Amino acid sequence: MADAQDLRRIETKRSWKEFFFQWEWLLVLILILTVIINSLISPYFLSFYNLINTPTSFLDKAFIVLPMMYVIILGRIDISVGSTVALSAVLMAVSYNAGLPMPAAIVLCLLVGTLGGMINGLLMVWFKELSFVIVTLSTMIIYRGIAYIILGDQASGGFPEWYSFFGWGRIAGVPFMLITFAIATAIFGFLLHRTSFGRAVYGMGLNATACRYSGVNTDRVTIIVFTLAGLMAGVTAVFLSSRMGSTRPNVAIGYELEVIAMVALGGVSTNGGIGKIAGPLLAVFIIGYLSYGMGLANLQAPIVLVVIGSLLILSVLVMKIRFGLRRKKSTV
Amino acid sequence: MKKFTFFVLIIALALTPVTMVFASGSGESDVARHAFIFKNTGNPYGDKQMEGFQEAIEEQGFEAILRAPDQPTAEAQIQIIDQLISQRVASISITGNDFDALEPALTRAMDEGIVVLSADSAVNPDSRMTHINQADSEMIGRTLIQAAYDMADGAGEIAILSATSQASNQNLWIEWMQTELEENPDKYADLELVRIAYGDDLRDKSVSETEGLLQSFPDLEVIIAPTTVGIAAAGRVITDRGLIGEVDVTGLGLPSEMAEYIENGACPYMFLWNPIDVGYLTGFAATAAVDGDITGAAGETFSAGRLGEFEIVPAGDGGTEVLLGAPFRFDPDNIAEWKDVY
Repeated sequence: MADAQDLRRIETKRSWKEFFFQWEWLLVLILILTVIINSLISPYFLSFYNLINTPTSFLDKAFIVLPMMYVIILGRIDISVGSTVALSAVLMAVSYNAGLPMPAAIVLCLLVGTLGGMINGLLMVWFKELSFVIVTLSTMIIYRGIAYIILGDQASGGFPEWYSFFGWGRIAGVPFMLITFAIATAIFGFLLHRTSFGRAVYGMGLNATACRYSGVNTDRVTIIVFTLAGLMAGVTAVFLSSRMGSTRPNVAIGYELEVIAMVALGGVSTNGGIGKIAGPLLAVFIIGYLSYGMGLANLQAPIVLVVIGSLLILSVLVMKIRFGLRRKKSTV
Repeated sequence: MKKFTFFVLIIALALTPVTMVFASGSGESDVARHAFIFKNTGNPYGDKQMEGFQEAIEEQGFEAILRAPDQPTAEAQIQIIDQLISQRVASISITGNDFDALEPALTRAMDEGIVVLSADSAVNPDSRMTHINQADSEMIGRTLIQAAYDMADGAGEIAILSATSQASNQNLWIEWMQTELEENPDKYADLELVRIAYGDDLRDKSVSETEGLLQSFPDLEVIIAPTTVGIAAAGRVITDRGLIGEVDVTGLGLPSEMAEYIENGACPYMFLWNPIDVGYLTGFAATAAVDGDITGAAGETFSAGRLGEFEIVPAGDGGTEVLLGAPFRFDPDNIAEWKDVY
């Protein structure tokens, strides 16, 4: 059962003090700090051009952060997204090179991703005894395996010229990826905070049994959430392939962990039921700008990893202490 | 107590980005900065190449930036290229993980006025001014097949253990190996190339690919590994399995890593060139290009410090390249002399 502390977290009415003491404001503070520190380290960082264009290097996986937030609020986890990206991308490239027109290949990519996610959802709903980790672990292995069977160790690409617009193109100076991401964030945010579907997701994360007996179709919510994760993995595949001009079965390895890190840093509790869209959105930019800034100062990759890892651990610790999260999970 | 811990953690959290300031070292300088991007970290051959590059750049009074991604992928290199463009470096020399995938990023660099060269592993001619090649690719390919022929006594199954499937230098050498086999059907009638395996220049993958080859082809005579990581892995596996003399290993290897296997017979002989010199030559090519001494056209010449004069020649891929020299053979007679050099 949710206790009073959790309810206070979810309730929309608050005092001013409580409003500013939220996790998300702390993230804003960290983001500002990150920008300041980066500008101190390297004079090349702070320019409008840079700040607008840098995100394209980390935004491709940010698309998955949006549905992953739903997944984690639901109390589950999806570690198969990286493999779904690879499989969608590989199938798109192979079918294009086999003669399928590019627009159709892109649609195929999204369909494969959606299907991959839906399979995850269906498996979870049909086999409730299975831990969600096991299900997505299996699909993580299977999907990438299929990608390897199709393409082996090779790369496939040769996409038409216009395809690079997705990853590199700009409209009125703003990168296309940024625009698309903003729209996607708005949609996911609206879905989460303003619809009954979003309420159901939160509810199931806090107490799935109560939801089910209150008439929420928990199975349908689960399937939809995982299907969304798969769809966005397909979107990531489109942007990633566009940026690279080609694709291989081993793309997007480790994406699932990076995405989960962004969601966790964003204040979404892995126990479920807690989190707001602003959190992961800020976390995406914090982690992205941090990595980029460190790269500008030519810090080696291991240092970047250590800093981001520390940031994550510290943030989880702070969240635990501040919000005293100790609830048992219930699964339905 | 809880509140205190909480505040300490908040402060620590907010300060984590600050640690970067201490980790990053010096600020900016007015000296021209030349960057080198290798395929991946943890690659001794790459380290030597970058060493040579740094030596050449610092000898001329500039600053060298050495970067490498931890995964041998094109997208990781694209991120590094982006960061270097933002830093307004004077030149980028890159050992490409992919022939074509880096083109959008590298053309952006060139549009911003940065000189782009490739070294060791080429990128497509539209992505670079010119390519620094260690030795004639045709010679490397043909020599390796001839070595395998020799080691197999003219007959038997041979396999190739390569790096990543997109590495342009690897594919070029393998192409020449296959050409050598096709152009001389009589000579190589009894020699069969059974498999090309990809170890991705990663130690553990190269080891498991070697073991896979040995399992799938029990009659295998020779493994050609034109990659220093692969040949060292193959040498290790052959030695550990007690197959010295039954399966021979050859290819391109660092003398320091392969000394053990040349001395114990797992590798009768192998080839390479001096990676330090490749980097050194690249360093001088980069500064010559930034100064406008060369524009990448065939026939131009430039001076490369202690290595002397070099000329730009047409390359097989439609662009141009600079050749360091001929491949050098390492065998039991000279390995002792070279294993401490690189």
